[in-house]
Amino acid sequence: MYAQMVKSTGQGVTPREEMTPEEQAFQDRIDADEKIEPKDWMPEGYRKTLIRQISQHAHSEIVGQLPEGNWITRAPTLERKAILLAKVQDEAGHGLYLYCAAETLGISRDQMYEQLHSGKAKYSSIFNYPTLTWADMGAVGWLVDGAAIMNQVPLQRTSFGPYSRAMIRICKEESFHQRQGYDIMMKMAFGTEAQKRMAQDALNRFWYPSLMMFGPSDKDSVHSAQSMAWKIKINTNDELRQKFVDQTVPQAEYLGLTIPDPDLKWNEESGHYDFTQPDWNEFFEVLKGNGPCNKERLGARVMAWEEGAWFREGLSAHAEKAAARRAAVAAE
Amino acid sequence: MSSEWPLWEVFIRGQHGLNHRHVGSLHAPDAEMAINNARDVYTRRNEGVSIWVVKADDITASSPSDKGPLFEPSNSKVYRHPTFYDIPDEVGKM
Repeated sequence: MYAQMVKSTGQGVTPREEMTPEEQAFQDRIDADEKIEPKDWMPEGYRKTLIRQISQHAHSEIVGQLPEGNWITRAPTLERKAILLAKVQDEAGHGLYLYCAAETLGISRDQMYEQLHSGKAKYSSIFNYPTLTWADMGAVGWLVDGAAIMNQVPLQRTSFGPYSRAMIRICKEESFHQRQGYDIMMKMAFGTEAQKRMAQDALNRFWYPSLMMFGPSDKDSVHSAQSMAWKIKINTNDELRQKFVDQTVPQAEYLGLTIPDPDLKWNEESGHYDFTQPDWNEFFEVLKGNGPCNKERLGARVMAWEEGAWFREGLSAHAEKAAARRAAVAAE
Repeated sequence: MSSEWPLWEVFIRGQHGLNHRHVGSLHAPDAEMAINNARDVYTRRNEGVSIWVVKADDITASSPSDKGPLFEPSNSKVYRHPTFYDIPDEVGKM
């Protein structure tokens, strides 16, 4: 997902009888669906895992602007350009909501940026794939934002108040993203032969990377078990991936496009589609930094930060001068 | 790395006649930029008719451990609620 493979304490879930009274009271609040707020007592592992998860999610939103930003100047019509601008601006907003939520846990914005820029913090593997044609804007909205929604809707119920509130805002806006993507796909799939080929090509390239967004199977992961006990993860990766496939196949059929998986078929018994897993070796390579666009994405992000430094400093200098002027007037 | 901009808490009045409500926070060098950024971050879809920004440092909050002493005294004062009083039906709506 936008936060893939977030490590928790690695210890597994502590049995209740081994918990301290504070930990027990904390777990009781979570089990009662009470929200945890920043100043409340919380186990160190909860705090650290959440910082990792929320910041990874925020970084994904920010880096996620880049593949789409690529097409703003080349959108086919003024309307499409305005829509794409609005979408990319939303992604910036989503990143900001999430950074602020993470900051309430005691990490600074600069620390998080530093972790992203140095490569220490991860962001979603999906944004390390290139967006080669306009149809990719359709595929990204439809599939990538579709997969993100799958994960974010249940996270609105997550136990940490600021994270939950950020997810509620994000989910309200995310539906526009998926629908504008599907709208592009419809236009192309029902257009000329050449347009239809582009749409199919975009689906071919984005299908498996979208399935990777949910992360590898975590049914045996101690990290996920702890995160689920703390309600900072609501569903397993496999559950969400299956839900995504079940939802997306009919949408592809409506477009008259073929999902690039010859073994994809409806399973009457399970009531779900059977499908081929993505290449997990490729996924781990992309996470390690060896995807098609890792260097380009991080490079663009670092450049924007460094080349914007003079402007940020200028605004600070202006603010200080104005404050000094106000103080002088007040002293008169 | 230069010093980080201060954190501002953002309050938005959603519609005329309603209170300003806390919606989130953001970093900005001064109040004017905080308002500008709040417009872009929190009102992209007509969510507001008025914005307040307050430096997060200037907010004093009650501490979670004070929850008992602060709020429990009002628990026992049921007579503050209208439903505490039985008014006979004959009297009519009150």
